[in-house]
Amino acid sequence: MIAELGLAALWLSAALAVLQLFAGALALRPAVGETSEIAVYVRPAAMVQAVLAIFSFFALLWCFAITDLSVKLVATNSHSMKPMLYKLTGTWGNHEGSMLLWTAVLALSGGLIAWLEHRLPDRTMNATLAVQGFVAIGFYAFLLLSSNPFERLPVPAAEGQGLNPLLQDIGLALHPPTLYIGYVGLSVAFSFALGALITRNVTPEFAKVMRPWVLGAWVFLTLGITAGSYWAYYELGWGGWWFWDPVENASLMPWLAATALLHSTSVLAARDALRTWTIMLGVVAFSMSMLGTFLVRSGVLTSVHAFAVDPERGTFILVLLAIYIGGALTVFALRASSISEGKRFSASSREGALVFNNVMLSAILGIVLLGTLYPLLTEAFDVRVSVGPPYYNPVSAIFAIPMFLVMAVGPLLRWKADKPARIKIELTVLLAVLIVICLLAAVFGDYSILPVLGLGLAGALAIASFLPLRGRKLTRVPTATWGMVLAHFGVAVALFGMASEAAFTEERLAAMAPGDTEQVGGWTITLDSVDPIAGPNWTAFEARVEAQRGGGAAAELAPQSRTFWAPIQTTSEAALLTRWDGQLYAVVGNTAGDGRWQLRLWWKPFVTFIWYGGLLISLGGILAIIGRLAADIKRRRIVTRAEVRRAELKALRQVEAT
Amino acid sequence: MSSHDQPIKAKHQRMVLVILAIVAIVAAGLIAAWALRNQANFFYLPEQMQADPPALGQAVRLGGMVKTGSIEEQPDGISVRFVVTGNEASQVPVRYTGILPDLFVEGSGVVAEGSLQQDGTFLATNLLAKHDENYVPRELEGLEGHQSGESDYQSTVLAE
Repeated sequence: MIAELGLAALWLSAALAVLQLFAGALALRPAVGETSEIAVYVRPAAMVQAVLAIFSFFALLWCFAITDLSVKLVATNSHSMKPMLYKLTGTWGNHEGSMLLWTAVLALSGGLIAWLEHRLPDRTMNATLAVQGFVAIGFYAFLLLSSNPFERLPVPAAEGQGLNPLLQDIGLALHPPTLYIGYVGLSVAFSFALGALITRNVTPEFAKVMRPWVLGAWVFLTLGITAGSYWAYYELGWGGWWFWDPVENASLMPWLAATALLHSTSVLAARDALRTWTIMLGVVAFSMSMLGTFLVRSGVLTSVHAFAVDPERGTFILVLLAIYIGGALTVFALRASSISEGKRFSASSREGALVFNNVMLSAILGIVLLGTLYPLLTEAFDVRVSVGPPYYNPVSAIFAIPMFLVMAVGPLLRWKADKPARIKIELTVLLAVLIVICLLAAVFGDYSILPVLGLGLAGALAIASFLPLRGRKLTRVPTATWGMVLAHFGVAVALFGMASEAAFTEERLAAMAPGDTEQVGGWTITLDSVDPIAGPNWTAFEARVEAQRGGGAAAELAPQSRTFWAPIQTTSEAALLTRWDGQLYAVVGNTAGDGRWQLRLWWKPFVTFIWYGGLLISLGGILAIIGRLAADIKRRRIVTRAEVRRAELKALRQVEAT
Repeated sequence: MSSHDQPIKAKHQRMVLVILAIVAIVAAGLIAAWALRNQANFFYLPEQMQADPPALGQAVRLGGMVKTGSIEEQPDGISVRFVVTGNEASQVPVRYTGILPDLFVEGSGVVAEGSLQQDGTFLATNLLAKHDENYVPRELEGLEGHQSGESDYQSTVLAE
């Protein structure tokens, strides 16, 4: 019954999306200033649609919670013996469920702008919601026609077929929903950009309205990528934190576009420049989200994530992608010439620096995109290629290094025009820090060039991120500026973590019998015992490992080699020991037969800074949203109050005159 | 502001910006294309590695099937030797030090990352094996097409 209600709600929301599109589009027909009667349906349609789509998602969640084995999706992906938490997270651990989550979030973001956003002119808002409805229709069609999550089995299954054990992890509970909110949140930027383009309303006012939504999506993307990276790091047991896997790239590309978008939106809001560029980025950012969805959902690429290949659904998403991107680009081509040029600025100005970094981000985006799609291209000519870190690291560094340099200096420059001589002292200090760190690292260590540069850039950037506060009274600094400072500092922290991990990691691989001792990165590691243990749906060999450093107390790690029952599969559960200056990472492998066990140990100095950096960046984004919204509300209140006073004065004068 | 350094008109500035952006992005594309062409040599099948071996010590990937009966554990307890075979009679000996992937078995597909050594052995630093019953490294699909459809379990897709 619940499943049928969920399906009915989904059909109803699809119908409402159609209403939203047509009402929004028809509302544009009367000339500016006139009101259209049909326009009153646009906002309610979006809001009710959001409620219904969310209801539909909760209906599926309920089916998973009670393990309703008459629903095909539950029978193929769940198991009655699974812990409750993983039953629930299993809802989006499969194709149909994750697409339903995608669509529900899409409807939710449309509903939220319909409900909360009253700052834009009605025409622009109607156009925006019409676009949002148009996007939603495609995904409802996809769900209802080719991926119905509520499909019943003719005969209920006796038992579910389980869930991939790699996916039975708390990381899975948090990571995809966060990433989806970010992905789909960018649809709002797409709709706003097209709405403004259609109604010729690309103004600083529009940019101020769009900015918090872009920032919000970007914060979720940042959190999602950070969580995903940490999940891959401890769950896969390979000791790496980024694999340039196509699925990882699929989340990185929208992030790069969104980062460029939020900076160019700031330029538009503050200086009324970069109008067409901002619109273009809005289109690109969501296109990258959809491309990412296509790559993940269709399984067309080599990927540790894509466990299945489903070309039919892939084609469906590809067609949607073509319609949306093609449509958006057509509107862009027709309307771009009608957007007048923005304000000009000199090359050495804050706008100049932001434009430069926008271009660098776009270049990196292009490099990641080409690298991700290249294997598909060559396959057409029957050549199998794998593209890995030897391509991505150096090639993206060519553009990332100048970007970090300009990022350090940009916030110190003034808007419109500035002379570099004015910030001579700051520039000298930053350059000195960069050179000294690089020289020290190059002289005292034997590291490759990229980690050395990374360390130097991280140091310079960390200092540079606080320089905008110099000479200002800290209590008077706007919240949004704190957001920028924190986010830029977060980039420095993450960069330091990445460079340290690459430069200083020590690895030890050994076959150890209980009682044996090994050394890694200043730690003394003793294998105490290896015992068989059992969990709710797995059995495992658990190694008890004692780690001790200097004269400190010994800490215990317990890496496991787990075997799950349904489906039968072995996974390594790494054990981590976190200290402020790094992490000890232990994996247990097979037995060597003679009573010895394989142990792989890493000491990774400052590796945690990668994810602390990601969190700081997100926190900076949150502060920026709060700051911008608070400032905007305050400004509006003052404007309203001034208008009221003016009206009162006018009325008073009229009374006096009579 | 004096008249001779009057900034260019807004329209011209937009044009200059567009051209600069296009130049930078085209440059990125060209660099990427050039680097990717070199990457084409990154993946080798055993027959390719025998016919046209990569430079000694160059980081490449070798993909093929683990020859049945060829896995030999080494006395140090952490190394194995095995032979990777390709479509034809070609085979390449591999030495790997590390923890074997969970689904690394004889007669199954594997992608080894590493480099070719002086003695003709491929020294692997990392092994990519199948991650579950359904997943086959994309590069190997042609080699073991018969295996991928046999699983009882409905394919599982990882949500991302």
